[in-house]
Amino acid sequence: MTRVTEKSLKTDRMILNFGPQHPSTHGTLRIIMELDGETVTKATPEIGYLHSGFEKLGEDLDFNQYITITDRMNYLSPLCNNVAYALAAEKLMELEVSKRTEYIRVLMCELSRIADHLLSVGMLAVDLGALTAFLYGFRVREDIYDLFEIATGTRLTTSYTLVGGLMRDIPEGFDKAVLKVLDEVNEVANDIETLLNKNRIWHDRTKNIGIISKEDAISYGISGPMARAAGLDWDIRVNEPYSSYEEFDFDVVIALNGDVFDRYLVRMEEIRQSIRICRQSLEKMPSGDVIVDPGLGYSLPPKDEVYNSIEGLIYHFEVTMPNRGMVPPVGEAYMPTESPNGELGFYIVSDGKRTPYRVRTRPPSLINYSIFSKLIEGHMLSDAPAILGSINIIAGELDR
Amino acid sequence: MLLEQTLSQMKERFPDIVLDMTEFAGEQILHVKSQHILTVLTALKADGYNFLADLTAIDNLTLGGYERFAVAYHLLCHKTAERLTVKAYVPEEKASLPSVESLWKTADWQEREVFDLFGIIFEGHPNLIRIMNPDDYEGHPLRKDYPRLGRKERDNFPVIERGIQKKKRPE
Repeated sequence: MTRVTEKSLKTDRMILNFGPQHPSTHGTLRIIMELDGETVTKATPEIGYLHSGFEKLGEDLDFNQYITITDRMNYLSPLCNNVAYALAAEKLMELEVSKRTEYIRVLMCELSRIADHLLSVGMLAVDLGALTAFLYGFRVREDIYDLFEIATGTRLTTSYTLVGGLMRDIPEGFDKAVLKVLDEVNEVANDIETLLNKNRIWHDRTKNIGIISKEDAISYGISGPMARAAGLDWDIRVNEPYSSYEEFDFDVVIALNGDVFDRYLVRMEEIRQSIRICRQSLEKMPSGDVIVDPGLGYSLPPKDEVYNSIEGLIYHFEVTMPNRGMVPPVGEAYMPTESPNGELGFYIVSDGKRTPYRVRTRPPSLINYSIFSKLIEGHMLSDAPAILGSINIIAGELDR
Repeated sequence: MLLEQTLSQMKERFPDIVLDMTEFAGEQILHVKSQHILTVLTALKADGYNFLADLTAIDNLTLGGYERFAVAYHLLCHKTAERLTVKAYVPEEKASLPSVESLWKTADWQEREVFDLFGIIFEGHPNLIRIMNPDDYEGHPLRKDYPRLGRKERDNFPVIERGIQKKKRPE
């Protein structure tokens, strides 16, 4: 927005309560803002409205049960959370999963990333009054959710991974459905960029708003598209590859200005890179099982065996009963992954029992949000939705 | 490279501070005394660990360890893509250690979270107030002696009586 620099009128300081029920907060955020006219002089975010004690719950649930909790953290890309948690548990137990498992995980993570970025860009646009981009994105996001429904059975609470593999293999013909959706995504990404990239109003609302410098990004622990928009060339998928990401050919997207517009550009280009990864994953999909050898005592048997044979049922109980179950080694593991919002890490401490001793989530939303009060200072009140939208805060992950 | 260098020198540089060095699942963990955590982390930051990825705590009540609490710092070096975990041990009777907010701004909210959920005090923190729970909340939920069923928090909710009363369940 255009700023009035000369202050002819002196106004009193006003305190404004932004949220917890504001349409642009998309969740329950509260920000207490001090205003001088329409300029924000100080902003104090107050969080915790959705604090659900997920980390305490994790101490009471076993490794496979906790995967259902990870769905509820970042509810825009639950599959990324499932994969991140499974990877952390596998690192702790030193399990090697099959190549097919890894490729399917990559495919699912990248589809989630596309859905998350489309929604994030759409929400940013709709908060600034551009409804069309949001509708374009939302329609194709629905198609991606249909793909999740085909593969996992549900749209949102996917719980697709297990420690040591996946709940089920992808069905036959899934690749054709994915390719069809990917073509649509590509078109929609073009449509959104045609609408916004050279749009004068969009430029006025997003350029030079909420600028993050590279030094600030490192000091505040910012990661993901926000850090890459600030010029930090860091992508965990490339720099510390996990789940066979090193076998895929894609580019890391960075921008240099670190404002809201650059974050939008980075997200749009990442959608295109994710499409590339998805296509490669389908092309090179290896064959094999999607769960580790049952003899190791970590994997659940297939459901039809559980329901139809006594051996399967006994074996299922062996894994799931409170006095049996998998026995992880005593130790700890921190597994960083690149989620759509940034570095999503799970830190599991185990004391050798069937439930973890401590499960910590490194939430990208919380850590990226901590820079907000610095970003909004000196900007207009109407820039708050733009900055909030570009951070892409997910309240479920923010408060856990 | 950097990791090997750091680990080989740590014991010589800080003989009184470093308690132990262990490795698990390919991760290096440095165990240190909590009073001098700022010295250790300042030195590590100068060495090249420029990014504080995560800051959290563990209650060692039944796990065992040097002290009751351990504050874990997950450091990352962007140049060499190497990670190092530093664990600082905090005694139960004096649960406090220096804040590292002066080194990394990200420690601000994460230390507040640890203070809220574990009750560990960070000396020198600019604004150490609860972040997840309300300000008048009692207790620190992630401590191991805090019951999972909760304690007291629903006792002070007013009971609203509406319409026909249901029969009370026998006690």
